[in-house]
Amino acid sequence: MIVIGGGIVGCAVLDRLARRNVSVLMLEGGDDVAVGASRANSGIVHAGYDCEPGTLKARFNVRGNAMIWQLAEELGVPALKCGSLVAAPVGGEEGIALLKRKADLNGVRAEVLSREQALEIEPMLADGVQSALYAPDAGVVSPYQLAIALADRAVLNGAEIVTDAPVVSLKKEGGLFVAGTPQGEFAAKLVVNCAGARASEVNALVGAETFETEFRKGEYYVLDHTERERVSTVIFPLPTAAGKGILVAPTADGNVIYGPTSSPAEEDDTSVTAEGLEEIRRNVPLTYSSPAYNKCIRVYCGVRTIVGHDFIVRPSERVEGLIVTAGICSPGLTSAPAIAEYVEELAGRYLPLANKADAVIRPPRTPRLAELSEEELNALVKKDKRWGRIVCRCEKVTEAEIVAAVHSPLPARTVDAVKRRVRVGMGRCQGGFCSTRVMEIISEELGIPMREIRKGAGHSEIALLAVKEADYEEV
Amino acid sequence: MKKFDVLVIGGGPAGMAAAIAADAKGASVLLVERDVRLGGILNQCIHAGFGLHYFGEELTGPEYADRFEKRLAKTGVKVMLGAMALSLGGDGEVLLLSPEEGAVHVKAGATVLAMGCRERTAGAIALAGTRPAGIYTAGMAQKMCNIEGYLVGKRIVILGSGDIGLIMARRMTLEGAHVERVIELMPYSGGLKRNIVQCLEDFGIPIDYSHTVTRVVGKPRMEGLYYAPVDENRRPVLSEEKFIPCDCLLLSVGLIPENDILNGSGVKLSRVTSGAEVDENRMTSLPGVFSCGNVLHVHDLVDNVSHEAEIAGSAAAEYALHGAPPTNGELHAVTPGKGVRYALPQVIHGGSGSVEVFFRTDNVYKNCKVVAECAGRTLYSKKRMIVAPGEMEKIALKKEDLDGDVTVRLEI
Repeated sequence: MIVIGGGIVGCAVLDRLARRNVSVLMLEGGDDVAVGASRANSGIVHAGYDCEPGTLKARFNVRGNAMIWQLAEELGVPALKCGSLVAAPVGGEEGIALLKRKADLNGVRAEVLSREQALEIEPMLADGVQSALYAPDAGVVSPYQLAIALADRAVLNGAEIVTDAPVVSLKKEGGLFVAGTPQGEFAAKLVVNCAGARASEVNALVGAETFETEFRKGEYYVLDHTERERVSTVIFPLPTAAGKGILVAPTADGNVIYGPTSSPAEEDDTSVTAEGLEEIRRNVPLTYSSPAYNKCIRVYCGVRTIVGHDFIVRPSERVEGLIVTAGICSPGLTSAPAIAEYVEELAGRYLPLANKADAVIRPPRTPRLAELSEEELNALVKKDKRWGRIVCRCEKVTEAEIVAAVHSPLPARTVDAVKRRVRVGMGRCQGGFCSTRVMEIISEELGIPMREIRKGAGHSEIALLAVKEADYEEV
Repeated sequence: MKKFDVLVIGGGPAGMAAAIAADAKGASVLLVERDVRLGGILNQCIHAGFGLHYFGEELTGPEYADRFEKRLAKTGVKVMLGAMALSLGGDGEVLLLSPEEGAVHVKAGATVLAMGCRERTAGAIALAGTRPAGIYTAGMAQKMCNIEGYLVGKRIVILGSGDIGLIMARRMTLEGAHVERVIELMPYSGGLKRNIVQCLEDFGIPIDYSHTVTRVVGKPRMEGLYYAPVDENRRPVLSEEKFIPCDCLLLSVGLIPENDILNGSGVKLSRVTSGAEVDENRMTSLPGVFSCGNVLHVHDLVDNVSHEAEIAGSAAAEYALHGAPPTNGELHAVTPGKGVRYALPQVIHGGSGSVEVFFRTDNVYKNCKVVAECAGRTLYSKKRMIVAPGEMEKIALKKEDLDGDVTVRLEI
């Protein structure tokens, strides 16, 4: 089988199929998995109270929420079931009651709270908040770390991942699909389209149904760890037709985010705008009393793909053997494990699937410095000095962790790929001190010359020229 | 558990000077440095201009560091390289991590913080646009160029006119890159006048004051940026936005003392300097914990860092060996008045002897007067042709003259 696209859905699908007795391959257009919407979203594990009852979104959200905590635990991915609050102003009682009714219909635990009750859970609610809906089963997870960990486990279980391999042609000949990429052609009996923003385009390549696709960008502020203690839960405003609104949330890695905006955009326009940031600054104080933009360490933007009102997860109506996932916007992260479970069920209709004997469930994991007791740390340093050498001072990442990331099942070959795996450069100095050292480690470990070390995708080399090599006339 | 009289955290100019001074007072001293060599940021500052005040001659950064390293080698200071301080307990106990020894607890009679500062980033200023390869802090570009031997761009724009940005404008030009211009949000430079002259004017590099970068374009590599003048509220006037094609934006938009180890320690931090509040001995609000150099407040001259670190190092040794110094029991606050952004030390103990008060102004002022007052009396008053935020000022006061809180202000 071929899985097209290495976002959170593709990775979750690959991980499940890799544990069955089939050979699976992932084709990813980017330089790494989780480089599209899965890298830049809110990282929220939604409870599922605001999906329209009866939709795929409701079904997969609720099921996904039930699966994701254990999945994160198995894979050692940071996650936190911190609960969520929808914080409503005066006059918002009706909106809260409507959400509560949907929660009941979807089978989601939720409780209507007075201002006083809500303040006990979240002391920093804004003055204007009068009532709230509390959902104890909501929380946060690191979306890209989850996708990467799923991809890594899939590789350990025998899956193959080909990066820099956007699918440019897809044919079905004599019962076999043939996918053409710059990395060569790949054949399979079944194809799962998890191409995210490009799902409709990939379907079109093989003559399957296409969808009206809409893109909306979401911009965010990331705050320093020092803000984490002020935020206990995910704080939403009342949802509107435009979406769930601008939230304030802890991240699974101990930061705080404000965002997202929601404005129409081109597919790959992940630029942050002054207007978007302004909109966040206008909205955050409506629910949260303690905004601290001076503690901002990063702004980012992700683009979500929207296809109608619901997810599309189904066998293609036109092409036998093609399973399509499309329009996986919010709550896509939460839903991914459930979507993968359903995709596996669909795949089982075409191919007999049996469990592989001794599939890896809990992959060996490189611990983080903060998780280690002093005895454990000293034992590691004794074996390998690199455990005693901190490269990223802000996030306290040791050389040993970086080397492990570079040699992980899906190797990290760029500065950003290392960053997504072990958080080096994600702190308050944003890599100012450690990026050069990270480049050196990648260079030494993988034998890539410094000049060819890239920040991320494409031609994003950092060391453009050697000193004294520049020709003034030329530049 | 290791025991020393004085623990110095950081082996840059501040840490080395503090350790040497503490050793001279007879204290046993441990100096920890996270890098594999001493010198800190001086190692990448290969330009000249260091030591004019301290040594009376012009040295490069590595030469300046080398002088202190040689002095240090003649002392009994124990140096631990590759070691990072992970935490500072309320009782002054420090947890270190080193490749040679693993996690080590150090308990010292006094601790001197000398960790320096970090640069403000694109994220900290919420820079709009894409986030491609090509956006770096000036200090990172300096390290890439001077230590690693690579240029991070060919056509460069520099945002902010802090000293590192100005120095890098010259360095990148000398290395063959083309520096398009420097863009500064404020109506004045954040750096030293001598750097404006020697690094920009001498090379014909234009600087646009009261301008800012409005957004960056290009992905995965930077292709250019838009910039615009700003109004009196420092908001960009978008109708006058212009585009510059370039592959690199260097940021020199401020330095922040790197005090993260103090989170939760109880040490009182100044909201203005982001460093600790200290007395004239550079002791923080946590007895036995001292701070000096750029981790205390950002200096423009390393010579001042060395002097300040000597004060802190000597005082830390005295504290460790003999306890808190005698005072007459009085404590005088030093507060900034009109035209002054901050003054340091923030408190002075009553007693005798001379005290230097450092301060920075909040704007450029010409033909003004620097005044220090105490309980309505003028302690100091002197005319200045020009003062600027980028140039730290200092005045000397006598403790004997103090009988109340001190205000440092400008008469404009």
